Amino acid sequence: MNRRFSWFNATSLTLGFAFLYLPMLILVIYSFNASKLVTVWAGFSTKWYGELLQNEAFLGAAWITLKVAVISSTVATVLGTMAAYVMVRAGRFAGRTLFSGMIYAPLVMPEVITGLAMLLLFISLGLDRGVFTIILAHITFTMCFVSVVVSSRLATFDKSLEEAALDLGCTPFDAFKSVTLPIIAPAVISGWLLAFTLSLDDLVISQFVAGPSSTTLPMKIFSAVRLGVSPEINALSTILISIVTVGVISASLISKRNIARQRADEQKALQL
Amino acid sequence: MNLRRLLLILTPYAWLLLFFLIPFVIVMKIALSDYAISIPPYTPTFDISAGWDGLKEFLSGLDVENFTFLATDALYVTAYLSSLKIALISTVLTLLVAYPIAYGMAQASEEWRPTLMMLVILPFWTSFLIRVYSWIGILSNEGFLNQFLLWTGIINEPLAIMNTQNAVYIGIVYSYLPFMILPIYAALEKLDGSLIEAAEDLGCSKASAFWLVTFPLSIPGVIAGCFLVFIPALGEFVIPSLLGGSDTLMIGKVLYEEFFSNRDWPVASAVAVVLLLILIVPIVLFQRNEQKQREANQ
Amino acid sequence: MQMAQPGTRPVFAPWSDPAEKPLIQFRNVTKKFGDFVAIDNITVDIFRREFFALLGPSGCGKTTLMRMLAGFEAPTSGTILLDGVDIAPVPPNKRPVNMMFQSYALFPHLSVWDNIAFGLRRSDMPKEQIPARVEEMLRLVRLEKFAKRRPHQISGGQRQRVALARSLAKAPKLLLLDEPLGALDKKLRQDTQFELMDIQEKTGTTFVIVTHDQEEAMTVASRVAVMDHGKMIQIDTPDRIYETPNSVYVADFIGDVNIIEGTVADVAGGKVSISWAEGQPALIGTAPEGIAKGARVHYAIRPEKVAIATQPPSDRANVIEGTVHDIAYLGNISTYKVELPGGRMMKAQVANDRRIARRDITWDDKVWLSFTDTAGIVLLK
Repeated sequence: MNRRFSWFNATSLTLGFAFLYLPMLILVIYSFNASKLVTVWAGFSTKWYGELLQNEAFLGAAWITLKVAVISSTVATVLGTMAAYVMVRAGRFAGRTLFSGMIYAPLVMPEVITGLAMLLLFISLGLDRGVFTIILAHITFTMCFVSVVVSSRLATFDKSLEEAALDLGCTPFDAFKSVTLPIIAPAVISGWLLAFTLSLDDLVISQFVAGPSSTTLPMKIFSAVRLGVSPEINALSTILISIVTVGVISASLISKRNIARQRADEQKALQL
Repeated sequence: MNLRRLLLILTPYAWLLLFFLIPFVIVMKIALSDYAISIPPYTPTFDISAGWDGLKEFLSGLDVENFTFLATDALYVTAYLSSLKIALISTVLTLLVAYPIAYGMAQASEEWRPTLMMLVILPFWTSFLIRVYSWIGILSNEGFLNQFLLWTGIINEPLAIMNTQNAVYIGIVYSYLPFMILPIYAALEKLDGSLIEAAEDLGCSKASAFWLVTFPLSIPGVIAGCFLVFIPALGEFVIPSLLGGSDTLMIGKVLYEEFFSNRDWPVASAVAVVLLLILIVPIVLFQRNEQKQREANQ
Repeated sequence: MQMAQPGTRPVFAPWSDPAEKPLIQFRNVTKKFGDFVAIDNITVDIFRREFFALLGPSGCGKTTLMRMLAGFEAPTSGTILLDGVDIAPVPPNKRPVNMMFQSYALFPHLSVWDNIAFGLRRSDMPKEQIPARVEEMLRLVRLEKFAKRRPHQISGGQRQRVALARSLAKAPKLLLLDEPLGALDKKLRQDTQFELMDIQEKTGTTFVIVTHDQEEAMTVASRVAVMDHGKMIQIDTPDRIYETPNSVYVADFIGDVNIIEGTVADVAGGKVSISWAEGQPALIGTAPEGIAKGARVHYAIRPEKVAIATQPPSDRANVIEGTVHDIAYLGNISTYKVELPGGRMMKAQVANDRRIARRDITWDDKVWLSFTDTAGIVLLK
């Protein structure tokens, strides 16, 4: 409806986005600074990228982080989708309130508490701390995010589609596989991406549950930046920021194209 | 079919019980235990293998000395209070920054809105740690902000922002801004434009239409956004450790240091339990607000 | 006003009185959105106490016309006068015009009472008079018991009445109603139409209503303007719009109609004969002004004016033979769809004025359709 975009709106958007993006922009620009002094510009150079690629410790940590993220987000997606299905479709069962509480609580739980609790569990179970415990911890807190994303899609999903499939002779499992899953697939994929990113970014929980031989990239960055700004970290940040930017922009372009295509198809169908 | 249903429910249920609920029971237990210089550094006061008698003995042997310690030691009380203060002030600051942005997005034309949305969400996908880190270079004494202000002549000597609470406020506002913008934008975006026209039709100027109609109707989004910032800010660890320096006392940092530096697990667990108790109030309020919104939308 | 006396009741028709000053005057008003012409050079007068309906399909410009009156859109060219004054520089919040929105636009965070008081609080009405006025409006729409409720706690019909009360509270010179009954179901809509007329009469306010529902426009309005593509095709009283449409578009848009295209074969003595199909007798109708032999014309006739019989009638000017293709029984009436030679269809309606109708006409029967020479209308466009 007839909204009027004023000068005030334009100014607040410009200032707001400048605030959001300027710090990252400065980081990216100064990653190409030749000087070791990070706040003094001394000419263009890519030497910090070269040094980063020689740094075995960073590369090793990156590899561990990637491994943890892929495995934990995949398992979390399966468990989270199951949990979402249980929440939306399974009806009443004993302990449903506790179940939904356990789904929502990790979303608002401070990471220090989750990390501490996980660590104490692993010690009680006698598990050696390492990559495996990080994966377990990451699955647990990311599956709840997956479950929230998927269940909000499931809640708006027309149940009569499933009933139609059952009516046409599907078993409940068939109906899920051939009707429900394809329709909720975009939500499942975004759930996976969310879990993957959360796992990649996680510092605090990993800090608690990691062992001496399982340092992740955020842990490595954290211990480095506690000592102040370093050009190598700037270079690493630039790489990570570019990956995310390319990912998010292409994802939004794909969804935009899909919407445009759907609109075009609908237009065509109307003209027939 | 029933076996499948059971399996479907049981798998995520069992996982969450084992990896989420039981750990909290353990935290509770250790919070009520005594400190010991060993590995693990606490004496368990409850032995599961002893069964029912063990439980009775455990209940009688419980002690709350860790909690009395928290209450009497000024460090912890100050840390809780200062966490609450920092979380509260930064929530208000975030709201003041976020509202005009969300309002501008909602006023923008239909074809611009997805792009603006993407611009707000993009930082959320980039590493939290890196976004906090990016401020170190800006706020430090020889950082970009001071360089710029000295160059313009507004100040004569560099401002000490880094390693103060002000740096923590900036860090929290910056990191949690999308969480505030999105719910407010959602509330403003679904606002029926004819309500504003109706207000103008009934004699309101543009400004009074905003204060009498637009703002009251965006309050649920404002409340949701405030909780989404306040709750995580209260237990924040990364921002005070990187930007706050030694002056900034926040409970997340205290817990971390109690655990890793002092290796006092019972006290760390007690700190966690109290933090959780403090958080229950805003979490319950937040859930109720969400529930009310859902019902209103139906 | 004259005293109303039996037999000499004054007819409300200010538009035919040249001494009457119009409340609203559109003077060559055009509105463009980019290249799209929403309103195309409209000139029209609307008078005090009128109930004026803008009728047309969606996208015909009727809503734009109303929003220009409310002040939410400005004309691209032309002027709009209210009481003889150009209202272009007056912002919406300063106009003595109120609008009832299609969505009702009730403020969800305010009670029914506060919604109705909203406009009064922003007027120069003294504070202590506001409660009395709100109560008066609540009585008018019979919602006294619901004053404390929020809009989502009342029914759709009640919301519609709150919206009406809110927009009438400031006693505007002109009330605009944008599809006011569109969200109500059919039964409630019919009841509300009469209520709306009643309230209009009681308050003496000038109403301009936008609707796409022709029955609604015919029921409530003193005059109807039929719109299409930003133009007003015909402005007239409901009965004249129905009985003497000025174009095929209006005839077709309002009610059910049979339209037969043909060529003028002869014009004589105020009558016109139209040849419309080979081997069929010409249709006889009343000749409109400016008609000439050989012109292409449309003959429009309402189904209820077509008689159907199993025997050829002798006293009608027009008689056409055909076979019954379809019968629709609608309770109060039955519609017969009759196939004429050459495949053309024509509808005839018969009132079911007896409870057990003699079903002497059935599918595939040979029948005769007949109508007088004044029953239909000859249209040039």
